Amino acid sequence: MAQVSMTVNGKAASGEVEGRTLLSSFLRDQLMLTGTHVGCDTSQCGACVVHVDGEAVKSCTMLAIEADGAEVATIEGQANADGSLNVIQQAFQDHHGLQCGFCTPGMVMSAAALLKENPKPSEQEVREYLEGNICRCTGYHNIVKAIMAASGQDVTAIAAE
Amino acid sequence: MPKDGGIGASSKRREDVRFLTGAGNYTDDINMHGQAYVHFLRSDIAHGTITNIDTSAAAGMPGVVRIFTSSDFEGVGGIPCGWQVTDKHGQPMQEPAHPILAQGKVRHVGEPIAAVVADSLAEARDAAEAIVVDIDELPAVVDMKAALQDGATKVHDDLDNNLCYDWGFVEENKDAVNKAFEDAAHVTSLELVNNRLVANPMEPRVAVGDYARGTDESTLYTTSQNPHVIRLLMGAFVLGIPEHKLRVVAPDVGGGFGTKIFHYQEEAFCTFAAKACNRPVKWTSSRTEAFISDAHGRDHVTKIELALDADNNFTAIRTETHANMGAYLSTFAPSVPTWLHGTLMAGNYKTPLIYVNVKAVFTNTVPVDAYRGAGRPEATFQLERVVDKAARELGVDPIALRRQNFITEFPYATPVAVEYDTGDYHGTMDKLEEMGDFEGFAARRAESEKNGKLRGLGVNCYIEACGIAPSNLVGQLGARAGLYESATVRVNATGGLVVMTGSHSHGQGHETSFAQVVAEMIGIDENMVEIVHGDTANTPMGMGTYGSRSIAVGGSAMVRATEKIINKAKKIASHLLEASEADIELKDGAFSVAGTDKSVAWGDVTLAAYVPHNYPLEDIEPGLEETAFYDPSNFTYPSGAYACEVEVDPDTGKVTIERFAAADDFGNIINPMIVTGQVHGGLAQGIGQALLENCAYDENGQLLSASYMDYAMPRADDLPMFDVDHSSQTPCTHNPLGVKGCGEAGAIGSPPAVVNAVVDALQSAGKDVTHIDMPLSPDRVWAAMNC
Repeated sequence: MAQVSMTVNGKAASGEVEGRTLLSSFLRDQLMLTGTHVGCDTSQCGACVVHVDGEAVKSCTMLAIEADGAEVATIEGQANADGSLNVIQQAFQDHHGLQCGFCTPGMVMSAAALLKENPKPSEQEVREYLEGNICRCTGYHNIVKAIMAASGQDVTAIAAE
Repeated sequence: MPKDGGIGASSKRREDVRFLTGAGNYTDDINMHGQAYVHFLRSDIAHGTITNIDTSAAAGMPGVVRIFTSSDFEGVGGIPCGWQVTDKHGQPMQEPAHPILAQGKVRHVGEPIAAVVADSLAEARDAAEAIVVDIDELPAVVDMKAALQDGATKVHDDLDNNLCYDWGFVEENKDAVNKAFEDAAHVTSLELVNNRLVANPMEPRVAVGDYARGTDESTLYTTSQNPHVIRLLMGAFVLGIPEHKLRVVAPDVGGGFGTKIFHYQEEAFCTFAAKACNRPVKWTSSRTEAFISDAHGRDHVTKIELALDADNNFTAIRTETHANMGAYLSTFAPSVPTWLHGTLMAGNYKTPLIYVNVKAVFTNTVPVDAYRGAGRPEATFQLERVVDKAARELGVDPIALRRQNFITEFPYATPVAVEYDTGDYHGTMDKLEEMGDFEGFAARRAESEKNGKLRGLGVNCYIEACGIAPSNLVGQLGARAGLYESATVRVNATGGLVVMTGSHSHGQGHETSFAQVVAEMIGIDENMVEIVHGDTANTPMGMGTYGSRSIAVGGSAMVRATEKIINKAKKIASHLLEASEADIELKDGAFSVAGTDKSVAWGDVTLAAYVPHNYPLEDIEPGLEETAFYDPSNFTYPSGAYACEVEVDPDTGKVTIERFAAADDFGNIINPMIVTGQVHGGLAQGIGQALLENCAYDENGQLLSASYMDYAMPRADDLPMFDVDHSSQTPCTHNPLGVKGCGEAGAIGSPPAVVNAVVDALQSAGKDVTHIDMPLSPDRVWAAMNC
């Protein structure tokens, strides 16, 4: 067992982990941050995406001890300080960018990383960036639209939801 | 002007806030004090006789609580099948036993052989590796037609053969259908495969069993679309627990698409083991495990023939289908290729004579059951492909051929036992022609060709039967359940309402759209209505959500219960207003006396119901809570017309979807935003089936596509923006909201449009290609073009 310490959503967090403990397991099982979901076992689905030191990471593919000392952000820390939805979250609600909600935390975290590196992505750029996030409910139409709207672009020309 | 609330408004989904902030409560988020974890040791052999299971070494490993094998389940029932199909000779289907853990034989890769319960999942997995299982391998039965040959290896030794049933529908019409083919001016025939799929909701299945020794009560938390159905099947048929001692909770569920309807071994196991171990027992499926244990979908091999007269009128349809059941009968498996498939073979057309033959076959593969559309996509695909092929053979416009044969008068009794109440097939096709800009297609094709690509346009129609279903009818057809729905409406003293529904929401947004209906009926704000679902402890017995039934059946139950509430509230209001009950009107959340300015607010009436100081106690009871069960008198029949435009790269065979238009008729619409989203998701799954997804077994019964590395899920850059319209509305005539259901349409209507478009593209380049089996992967398309 090893001791790990990290900052999660701005707060200090630590715990005892095995060498094989995944970051996703540490977040879910020890910190009880169950918003990070696990939808596959081959790093394909992206439901577990979090930010580690500002980079989007599939937390099922990183050991908890690798995140020792890191700044980790999860879906639980994304809302505005007053508890209201942030711009991306609000756009997902406004444009019906989620249905069952299971892939949603990963989608929101990926979208945030995309908009940080590319503040005004084209539709194609959004679609390519989301290659690593699978959604089975929405057909992606409204996810793409929500992310483009969150970037401040006019999405009224995209077929109405 | 869009409404800002109530029926017809695109109200934003209230459930989104918890999902967007990580505050959802999915089954894997539930952890019980002292819980143990189970890992199932699953067969890696498709077919074999178990000669020995030695758990002795594993039992002594760290953390192991107990190891279970089939001998621990003596006296416990197997997994029941919920539908008995009668074959064309009037005999019941062959129905094998379906044990919780493999008994004597293994019959598919993934079948659980032993279960290790341990303090941690890692310890359970480690111990499972120390279990020794000896299996004498038998030949795997994989190909359906080979499975039916004389002398074929039997999947179940105690059955006569591998034929579950040989179904003929309508058997009495068979000779007349054959005669029509002899008399036909033209016959088009097509052999095709409806590829096996895996539903793949993003949330894998999870079960947590809990047992309270003090009260002898069991609780199962499970990823289910229908917790009451699980309670009934598992309690009554498997574990022998009366329903009042068994609670089933399906909290937030991360997608279902059919595969979470069924009662699975893991649910029964966790419930059983929690009592046996006196500890909560949790199972979380991995994705690989999901591929080899979730019921699969589709997997039909079909020959369809269409007879036409000299004027191109359809005169008869004849089909022969082999439908894969897998190794065991999943909960509703027998109904899918029969009553959910044969009854849809008329489609949108007035074909007078139809005969459908289905042979359901046992194989050494994972059980196959309902997946989004369930039987109706299989019917639509073969019908719309053969109609398209006929148009090409006859040299007529495929849309014109369809229009010529449309059913135009309603109600319409088909020759396959169902009666369509309403529809307007020309209306949806008119809308589609407008959306699809077919006049502009030639220019778009020329542009594609300039870029070295082939362009094709494919069109099709669909009809589906939703709102499942009239209980007395499905009872005659072999269902071992009723298919009503329920709702309890509880009005609180201060005026807020809680609706407890037997429907279940796992992405459909019921918490929002159901509230819109009740709010509209009473004239109050939607936020005064809370929707509760998913827990047998606080909802009335319901049949759950599948078959696009929630608003049509569950919504109708809710309307009936709300009507009872309003009727009682009017009695209270008439007392408070000292007026005749007949003169009381409810509008905008207030009761008034017609023709006067006397009124009393909703909240004053609800308060009076619970503080009955001034109240007609001699006539009515205090309180304001009503329950209704609604059993539909018919299915509903959504319909539509879809158009797909593809580009094909002739060098690689890669197909891209350039445009997709869907014109649907869902009857009345509660929340247009949600309805459009449902269509988007269905289209993605249908396009996924057409271009990408394939659940593939090798000849030894090994699943070749058991991960997202191998099974091609549609991703964001595989799909276009969709053009979706549901302004064509012919309301259902037999339910109070006039609704038809929208959940499956996209998955039903889209595969033939895609394939029709690719065939069109290839033929435009002079290729003699009349059909390619799905998925239309680059290698298949390239091979079709180059052989």
